[in-house]
Amino acid sequence: MKVLTARAAALRLALLAAVLLGALALGLAAGPSSLAPGDALRALFAGDAGVAADIALRVRLPRVLLAAEVGAALAVAGALFQALLRNPLADPYVLGVSGGAAVGGILALSLGSAFGWGAAAVTPAAFAGALVTTAALYAVAAVRGRVSATHLLLTGVVFNAFASAGIVFVASLAGLTEGTSLFLWLIGSLSAVRADAAPIVGAFLALGLGCALPLLRDLDLLSLGEESAAQLGVDVVKLQRVLLLSTSLMVGAAVSVAGLIGFVGLIVPHLLRLRLGPDHRLLVPAAALGGAGFLVLCDTAARTLFGGRELPVGAITALAGGPLFLYLLRRQHLRSGAP
Amino acid sequence: MSAPALAFADVAVRFGDRAVLRGVSLELAAGEVLGLAGPNGAGKTTLFRAATRVLRPERGEVRIAGAPVASLARRELARRVAVVPQDVTVPFPFRAGEVVLMGRAPHRAGFGFETAADVERARVCLALVGIESLADRPMLELSGGERQLVLMARALAQDPEVLLLDEPTAHLDLRHRAVVLERVVEFARAGGAALVVSHDLTLAARSCGRLALLADGEVAACGPPAEVLRPELLARVFGVEAEVLDAPDGAPLVIPRRATHFPDGHRPTADT
Repeated sequence: MKVLTARAAALRLALLAAVLLGALALGLAAGPSSLAPGDALRALFAGDAGVAADIALRVRLPRVLLAAEVGAALAVAGALFQALLRNPLADPYVLGVSGGAAVGGILALSLGSAFGWGAAAVTPAAFAGALVTTAALYAVAAVRGRVSATHLLLTGVVFNAFASAGIVFVASLAGLTEGTSLFLWLIGSLSAVRADAAPIVGAFLALGLGCALPLLRDLDLLSLGEESAAQLGVDVVKLQRVLLLSTSLMVGAAVSVAGLIGFVGLIVPHLLRLRLGPDHRLLVPAAALGGAGFLVLCDTAARTLFGGRELPVGAITALAGGPLFLYLLRRQHLRSGAP
Repeated sequence: MSAPALAFADVAVRFGDRAVLRGVSLELAAGEVLGLAGPNGAGKTTLFRAATRVLRPERGEVRIAGAPVASLARRELARRVAVVPQDVTVPFPFRAGEVVLMGRAPHRAGFGFETAADVERARVCLALVGIESLADRPMLELSGGERQLVLMARALAQDPEVLLLDEPTAHLDLRHRAVVLERVVEFARAGGAALVVSHDLTLAARSCGRLALLADGEVAACGPPAEVLRPELLARVFGVEAEVLDAPDGAPLVIPRRATHFPDGHRPTADT
């Protein structure tokens, strides 16, 4: 009988950590003044200060770190939402958290110029939007403290549609004077990120992971259904509350700095589940490492593929992720022998 | 005289303005197998939900060896009471062996990986219902009957005092029906108490010491199979004209002949 042991899980996580380290080195090394990935790592760990190394540390490190954190947050959130909603096609934005953040961010963008707040207001406003949406979603979807996955999912879909309408409404009223930043934000980009964002997103990522880790076995049990999980000793209501809140904090933080980067939260957990199996005790930490590595690589490609012209990283994740996802879906379908 | 292994004391449950259970009292001693039958929608599954604290009765209480279930921590309740549901849907590719191993979760704290002893227990339980060969197959690929056997193995792996089985043989072939009921009888012989919901009255009569008939949220009859399986009672509870024959070994055989009417007060609804 094949079972996941702690040793096997640790081994796979170590392998993914090595891949992430490689991606980080590549991200630090690649750019207009390139240096060897090995030198980039040496600069990072040994403080070896050459001019190129200095660029890597001062200019690229904050961005590479942020890409890693945002990627980890989105992939972990995707894995957790998929488990909570018992739906492998859920992503971090499915519950309208993204829509709420977008409305908040865009309100700040369009009102910002009028009131002279500047771009600094966008991040907190987006974060507030994400949290308000989560609270409202839970209040609407919960009946006597209980939330059914289907009910939550449908409520989220409606919230997202409502938010889309809100975005168009606000953007039209504002006359799209902030068109470019709005566009970049909606497709997801790490180009305009402030250097101090990394510690904040990192803190929320740590908080979210800290809340989720002790509950990962409960998520395995939840995949048999809410009633079965309860009959195996899981406090389903508490599980839903804690994970909805911690996941929303992570997504809210990621979205508020980087906009709506798509596909990371959908395909990373999906891909890892195909390779590593569905056990959440391995899947969720693996999603953190894999999501981080994936977004660092995509962002590196966004910065360097077209010379001086930078693409929004959301375009790269969608370009790379869309076909990859379709391929996986098709392969899974063929394998399962479904008619 | 010690407290019964499982006791329903005047349990009443209401969904909105529909009374599903109207004061059910039933007791199971340790070592006993009690069969529970009744029309679809009579409240059998609801009774299980009350026993596992999935829902809270509006009146009355369920006790496990004297302790009200409301007073037990969820995890402790899961160590003492295990459920074999009719079926589950598993959206992720968990293997059958992994699902059986989930039965050990109530015995482990939070994140902890199962011990070698847990894995061995899961393997034994798979073997007990004769499906060792399914251990590494994804649940998504199994048939309804195979999934039901996995759920039976999972419940056994919980090592509970009380086993609640919701039509455990509904999807099974003849041989596996016999296997599952043998395991239930063995479980009781080893000191457990089992409550088996079954629509197959003949089969229930053979493996259960007593039978209870639930109709419209109330216990209509409870006693030895030969006393409960009388044509006039079956007509009243199920609205069916049935013939009850004696098998050569004396056990009753129930053969439904003709539907007569909807039983009193019973509206046909989904069995949830």
